[in-house]
Amino acid sequence: MDQRQRTAYWRRNLRLMAGLLTVWALVSYGCGILFVEPLNQLSILGVPLGFWFAQQGSIVVFVLLIAIYVWRMDKLDAEYGITEYEEEVHHS
Amino acid sequence: MSSMQTWTLVFVVLTFGIYIYIAYASRVKDTSGFYIAGGGIPSPANGAAIAADWMSAASFISMAGIVAFSSNGYGGSVYLMGWTGGYVLLALLLAPYLRKFGKYTVPDFVGDRYSETARLVAVLCAVVVSFVYVAGQMAGVGLVFQRFLNVDTTTGTIIGMVIVFFYAVLGGMKGITWTQVAQYTVLITAYLICAVAISLQLTGIPVPQIGFGQILTELDGLQRDLGIEAYTEAFTDTSMLNMVLITGALMFGTAGLPHVIVRFYTAKSVRGARYSALWALFFISLLYTSAPAIGAFSKYNVINQLSGTTEAEAPAWYQSWRDVGLIEFNDANGDGVIDMAGGDGLGELVINNDIVVLATPEIAGLPAPIVGLVAAGGLAAALSTASGLLLVISSSVANDLYYKKVNPQASEARQLLVGRTAMAGAIVVAGYLGINPPGFVAQVVALAFGLAAASFFPILVLGIFWKKCTAAGAVAGMAVGLGTTLAYQLWTIDIYGNAEGFFGIQETGFGTIGMILNFIVTIVVSQFTTPPTEVMQQLVEDVRYPGRTQLVAAHATGALEEDVLHGERAAEDEPRDTGPDERPGPG
Repeated sequence: MDQRQRTAYWRRNLRLMAGLLTVWALVSYGCGILFVEPLNQLSILGVPLGFWFAQQGSIVVFVLLIAIYVWRMDKLDAEYGITEYEEEVHHS
Repeated sequence: MSSMQTWTLVFVVLTFGIYIYIAYASRVKDTSGFYIAGGGIPSPANGAAIAADWMSAASFISMAGIVAFSSNGYGGSVYLMGWTGGYVLLALLLAPYLRKFGKYTVPDFVGDRYSETARLVAVLCAVVVSFVYVAGQMAGVGLVFQRFLNVDTTTGTIIGMVIVFFYAVLGGMKGITWTQVAQYTVLITAYLICAVAISLQLTGIPVPQIGFGQILTELDGLQRDLGIEAYTEAFTDTSMLNMVLITGALMFGTAGLPHVIVRFYTAKSVRGARYSALWALFFISLLYTSAPAIGAFSKYNVINQLSGTTEAEAPAWYQSWRDVGLIEFNDANGDGVIDMAGGDGLGELVINNDIVVLATPEIAGLPAPIVGLVAAGGLAAALSTASGLLLVISSSVANDLYYKKVNPQASEARQLLVGRTAMAGAIVVAGYLGINPPGFVAQVVALAFGLAAASFFPILVLGIFWKKCTAAGAVAGMAVGLGTTLAYQLWTIDIYGNAEGFFGIQETGFGTIGMILNFIVTIVVSQFTTPPTEVMQQLVEDVRYPGRTQLVAAHATGALEEDVLHGERAAEDEPRDTGPDERPGPG
């Protein structure tokens, strides 16, 4: 990779991270805590929605966020031709 | 010996045998194997090991009870979100880059990226946090032995020490990792069998996460009838501000804990580190989404079966757990009836958090072998966490102190010997602390997260994402974050200062504030101090891309000299242009 490609790669990585971390904050601090009371007025399967986000939904979303990150980064690596991972390079 | 004890003994002996066999089969001969399993663990296995490392005796035995009984439902969400949300931060912000950096320990990264002073502070934090934690695990092992096998806690703890000694000293990280994979399997099997059985019994739905929804409406109704605020009602025992701050401290603390971060060094590659984080959170989420369900089921059972009955009418499990002191009945009005209406918690009944998972098989009427499996699961959770922490202590002492500071010429064999000796010493100290726990251990474990968030997290993230972050900035930031958080905790915690604090902020939540202060101080001080060398900035840049680069390879194999990395002035901790106010304290 030359310098221009590196910058582009890093920008796309940062943009992906920013998007995922926004969702991360929204489901946990947003749905689970700050807006829990209005959301509790709604319910899914009999569970108040805010409470559901705090005890189930946020955890499920966290797993999905990492899954999306792993999947998008694999695609990004492939696009920039990074196929070689430093398996042997390790440690003093 | 009852059939329950026989089955417990069978499962405990069987699982311990498996752990010892695995340790023997994966014994190591070099330091790379001892510290990081040679960096060759496949991602799903690494994920399972991280999950077992992460989920302690407290997660397995007490989590459901903490959510349902000591915090009336909603308040317990801080633990559920906090201890899982931190993995998103780890996966996106730290794991791939630290893996690429390619060293053994967290102090290694801090020392190489910043300075020797920073390394020493990091070693100190890592060792203190790990010892605090490990004492609780050893005590947990003793507890399980006592409850299920009538062995006294001291003997139980010693049995646990011997087992850990065998596989950790012999196999190092490699032995520990593969043993943890087995331990994860044991603990999650036991936990899910309980969760599914009790869900089936109460709701007829075999998926606890769905059965959870069915029981909540009824539980809310039961609690309202008793005059207790509904289970799903928000902010009944914790304010919104504290919910945010405590969740933050637990999340950022998770991402700053040395024994978790070190696990990403064991991955095969940068890509492997990303996948390890995904597998780890997936495995953890199986238990963490089941725990609130088990908690709600148990609370429903307790209220439904015990409220308004006399002791004589109560079901058999009530008697057996009352006998061992996990259920207390304080008959305040002396009418012999268990009154739950009014007051805090469950009125005249006091339920120990630990009972929820331990008694579930009995309450749900499961056969004796399942009880034995739960005991083995509790032991697996405690032993796996203990061994991971002991490795952090041993590698901090042997690698960061002995090899890097005392004797850099030490041969491979000598380092390995020091590592094993440090491990053995740590096990003895941990066992002692487990048998004679200092009174403050329980509180300190919760506080450790705040300390990790306030000290490590900002400087790790800035070290990767900001090339111009300086050593002086990092040392000052760590000192301020750690100092303010520790001071606030000592000032407000019950057994020391017992002060009100600011704005009612709980001591467990202050770590989030300390972390923000750390970020600010690090950034401000970095503006006024000597920037890192060109080589260091290039190294940080290279760490951002997967794939081989000469600089990272040279650094990882130790070919880069100290003055090339940090510049000619060895005492680079002295800030150049700071005014007296910004001068960092003594680390």
